[in-house]
Amino acid sequence: MTKSSWLKPTVLPGFGLSLGFATFYLSLIVLLPLAALLGHSLTLRWAEFWKVVASDRAIASYQLTFGASFIAAAVNLVFGLIVAWVLVRYNFFGKKVIDALVDLPFALPTAVAGIALTAIYAPNGWIGQHLSALGIKAAYSPLGVTLALIFIGLPFVVRTVQPVLEDLEKEIEEAAASLGANRLQTFCRILFPALLPSLLTGFALAFARAVGEYGSVVFISGNMPMKTEITPLLIMTRLEQFDYAGAAALGSVMLLISFILLLLINLLQHWSNNRHGAKA
Amino acid sequence: MSSTPLHSPHPAAATLRKATTEPLWVRLLLTCIALLFLALFLVLPLIIVFSEAFARGAELYWASISEPAALHAIKLTLIAAAIAVPCNVIFGLAASWAIAKFQFKGRQLLITLIDLPIAVSPVIVGLSLMLIFGARGYLGDWLMDHEVRIMFAVPGIVLATIFITFPFVARELIPLMQEQGKEQEEAALTLGANGWQTFFRVTLPSVKWALLYGVILANARAMGEFGAVSVVSGKIREQTNTMPLHIEILYNEYQFAAAFAVSSLLALLALVTLLLKSLLEYKAAKDLAAGQPH
Repeated sequence: MTKSSWLKPTVLPGFGLSLGFATFYLSLIVLLPLAALLGHSLTLRWAEFWKVVASDRAIASYQLTFGASFIAAAVNLVFGLIVAWVLVRYNFFGKKVIDALVDLPFALPTAVAGIALTAIYAPNGWIGQHLSALGIKAAYSPLGVTLALIFIGLPFVVRTVQPVLEDLEKEIEEAAASLGANRLQTFCRILFPALLPSLLTGFALAFARAVGEYGSVVFISGNMPMKTEITPLLIMTRLEQFDYAGAAALGSVMLLISFILLLLINLLQHWSNNRHGAKA
Repeated sequence: MSSTPLHSPHPAAATLRKATTEPLWVRLLLTCIALLFLALFLVLPLIIVFSEAFARGAELYWASISEPAALHAIKLTLIAAAIAVPCNVIFGLAASWAIAKFQFKGRQLLITLIDLPIAVSPVIVGLSLMLIFGARGYLGDWLMDHEVRIMFAVPGIVLATIFITFPFVARELIPLMQEQGKEQEEAALTLGANGWQTFFRVTLPSVKWALLYGVILANARAMGEFGAVSVVSGKIREQTNTMPLHIEILYNEYQFAAAFAVSSLLALLALVTLLLKSLLEYKAAKDLAAGQPH
């Protein structure tokens, strides 16, 4: 690639049209609204902005949103690895159907997931009644929020680890075994490091998705301020009170965090591709 | 066979095979854990949706999905998806053509920006649109003067849906088109085809499965979107209520069987989506095995 020219010459036509349309559409649909959000939050003075984003109620909502998202992503990290491992390495009846079903949280509308999970974990629900007999409150508590976020993030780790695991060469494991490593050693020293970038990417994707999740959580959380109120819901409440500036301030904080997470995910994917590419 | 196979049947081979898999009890344990986890988080919610939907009998089920408010919500959901998905298909094709067939500065930035809507919370999408088109938004006064309603009306719902489903088609097309390179297009041009002919006869057929795949995912997301749409719709029954919003209203009115009945339609859509997705993956793999399609 020549560094002096902006575009590498080619005989193919349509560069101007396709790039022009793509950037115009991107700006109009995505960038302009997000710029409006940031712009609107700038109309607040710093002290007012701080009062909104650092209020006790906002801090409590951050703690719940990020705490529950982190735990949910961590649960998905462990079980996602096991699911990916079982789907790639073992054979059992109905494997194809189960493989397809893993994507259900992508396809099932969040509101449907929300009411279904609430019905399961409510005090009179199928699982909720047994949990409440044990004194555990599942729905309408931070645990319920976490359960919804586990559902939402479930496919991410599986789908990022699965292709990497499929492409791993068996020879490396054979070499490790013939050099005297037992199965656990081979996993810890050979397989796990190779899977680590994709595991972290999946974790970050699940976490980013969970932080912004609204539909499935509102039904199961109970929405009690200071206790089970997630940040997106707090933004919604501000909007319903016509406090646009407050909503915009909270929205900007969340948007900034989304940007940082997206950047992190890009870096992780880059790392993962490099690792993965070097082996192939 | 005259040449010695790489892995000759040797006593060591059996030991080696044993050494690169886990003992039976570990395999069984891991499989059980995985299946239990998936049963708990994926299968159980699906069963609940259908069992609750029919809990009060088939008659109430039918009444719930055929009442005017439900029918209107279904219609609005279909309209929003029917506008949003084609818009994003055109964008996806344009963006992937520019990104995959040309080398230019800022390409990586463009790819990252296309992914942005996936990381943004749906509530923030709705809020951003509100701050532009709402009564107190940047364009609020102008829209009021010209009597154009975008917020709490169908255009707002469509805009929110387009934003949410923005990356789906482009994300499927870009990596595939990058992988396919541009030799075939260059050959077509050399043979005298013009740009559009090259695009429609060479590029489009070779990415058709990925395109359909993106359309199916975008459609599922478009019909199920809740957070963004609930900010901009205003939830006016029989006017700006989509299916997910209708479910919320029914649920909050304690009409659980009706809420689950409408949910069961969306759950069915999700299952059909998964089925088509697997089918397309199978088709694409078959085409790949048979060599590049034309």
